[in-house]
Amino acid sequence: MEKQFKVTAETGIHARPATLLVQTASKFDSEIHLEYKGKKVNLKSIMGVMSLGVGQGADITISAEGSDAEEALRTLEETLKKEGLAE
Amino acid sequence: MTFLQGIAASNGIAIAKAYKLVEPDLSFEKKTVENTEEEAGRFHAALEKSKDELSQIRDRAMVDLGADKAAIFEAHLLVLSDPELVTPIEDKIKSENVNAEHALKETADMFITMFEQMDNEYMKERAADIRDVTKRVLSHLLGVHIVNPSMIAEEVIIIAEDLTPSDTAQLNRNFVKGFTTDIGGRTSHSAIMARSMEIPAVVGTKTATEDIQNGDLVIVDGLKGEVHINPTPEAVEEYRRVNDQYEAQKAEWAKLVNEKTVSSDGHHVELAANIGTPKDLKGVVENGGEGVGLYRTEFLYMGRDQMPTEEEQFEAYKAVLEGMEGKPVVVRTLDIGGDKELPYLNLPKELNPFLGFRAIRLCLEEQSIFRTQLRALLRASIYGNLKIMFPMIATLDEFRAAKAILDEERTKLESEGQQVSEKIELGIMVEIPSTAVLADQFAKEVDFFSIGTNDLIQYTMAADRMNERVSYLYQPYSPSILRLVKMVIDAAHAEGKWAGMCGEMAGDETAIPLLLGLGLDEFSMSATSILKARSQISKLGKAQMEKLAKEVLNMRTTEEVINAVKKATQM
Repeated sequence: MEKQFKVTAETGIHARPATLLVQTASKFDSEIHLEYKGKKVNLKSIMGVMSLGVGQGADITISAEGSDAEEALRTLEETLKKEGLAE
Repeated sequence: MTFLQGIAASNGIAIAKAYKLVEPDLSFEKKTVENTEEEAGRFHAALEKSKDELSQIRDRAMVDLGADKAAIFEAHLLVLSDPELVTPIEDKIKSENVNAEHALKETADMFITMFEQMDNEYMKERAADIRDVTKRVLSHLLGVHIVNPSMIAEEVIIIAEDLTPSDTAQLNRNFVKGFTTDIGGRTSHSAIMARSMEIPAVVGTKTATEDIQNGDLVIVDGLKGEVHINPTPEAVEEYRRVNDQYEAQKAEWAKLVNEKTVSSDGHHVELAANIGTPKDLKGVVENGGEGVGLYRTEFLYMGRDQMPTEEEQFEAYKAVLEGMEGKPVVVRTLDIGGDKELPYLNLPKELNPFLGFRAIRLCLEEQSIFRTQLRALLRASIYGNLKIMFPMIATLDEFRAAKAILDEERTKLESEGQQVSEKIELGIMVEIPSTAVLADQFAKEVDFFSIGTNDLIQYTMAADRMNERVSYLYQPYSPSILRLVKMVIDAAHAEGKWAGMCGEMAGDETAIPLLLGLGLDEFSMSATSILKARSQISKLGKAQMEKLAKEVLNMRTTEEVINAVKKATQM
């Protein structure tokens, strides 16, 4: 399953936002990926996420596969919205 | 007992255990391993140790330095847990039968290269993070000790080859009692930092990092420039006595805190302080500073991974202006380049950084950085007595260009309905000989001069102040320098303007009589030098010093000048 978001954070997904997302994703057993501009990286990998260079206004897709996929996606969505990173 | 002679860089005496801030040897060789399971296990053990260490550093940084600085260690921790880094290393150990050190280095280097090649400044910076993390894991694999200055939790004396701004940013002021470095002089960053932290320092000892071991008891005598290693109990006693005397002398000077600075024949001069951060204000007030003669704003930009915002800068400037309660505050706009680098600006390395793209040259080119700073300054101006000065001005065109940008920002702010102080004095640093020589013309357009002697001397003598082999050319009392100083002061006075000095020379015992005689209006120095200077000036007659200054301007060598000053002031 997957969900699309638009990045609203002024700094994009760098530094602290990236740290936060990776920490959140790492709590789940599911395989979680972040896709941007046709490139797909492991959302549990800080270097992978940062290597995408996601900026403000970017359209991103988060996908999850596994036993807790549903909960993982929901939690990540909450984090993105609560921190004002994406909608 | 061993003893080292260096250069006295910051007054006072400190006695504490040595803490060496040196890069460990992390060299290793590529090896073939038979038992790859065991090797992978060794890698994981090193990884876990590194994580433990980083968690501790993060927690301490959180308390001592704030969440902002701690965030970097949080990111380091995530890199160590990154499956994209850890899995390939394990695979490499197992598939290529290589040692963990080699697998780690090869894999990390691949990521470092990848990040370095990105065209985003922020990403390039991440390469440094990976390098840092790799070093930590490598140190655990090799079983060598890696230094963590932010983890210091007892009183220590820092022993280093040299201290960079990012090293000092990590130091906990409560525990660092003194510095000793191998290289550097009175004007190197480590020396300036020690004076602003008000801790004793001896620099340029050449061999401190070789001769001193971690945990050795060390006496740093910042008055004489001596370092004693593992002294006898008698020597420690003796030094405590000397320190007590020094403290008593300081107490005597302290009585002058609320006095004005007046010569014995009634001439008033202003004694101001050089500061780097709003934290330094405490020292200015405690030492009776009559103003801030140099606020080095570059520290706002250092020890972080991106530009400070307009808001952050505004808060800092406002804090300093309010803290000085209406006394003058001269803020120097960003002076970066030379020995002060900003990694996130990603400027190319230059062969001659002191003669290169720095200070106002950089600000006029990278205008968005400059405009943000000027806006923050203009907005803060209503909270006190702000004066702005531009560094490294070589031509009138540069001053005019900088002034035009300032005026544009003022107009913009006013049209946005922001309040800006009516009159903000606008001056320049005089540190390039071309400007000193043309000071009479500059004086028609600027409101004041501040002579930056550290650079003025190095540019006049064509001698790099970081190069010890030519340090004999750092001659503040040379008649050549004194003539330039005179030209600047006279030029200011001819146009009814004022002239100050914010280099090391302004607080120097031998220079003060001459500067008083030459008519300097404002002396800006380390806060800790102010009371001593006030005491000295109160005993000097301006008229007599004018006579002395006139004589030395016609002398031929530095030695003659020093002797004449000693004779005239009975020093």
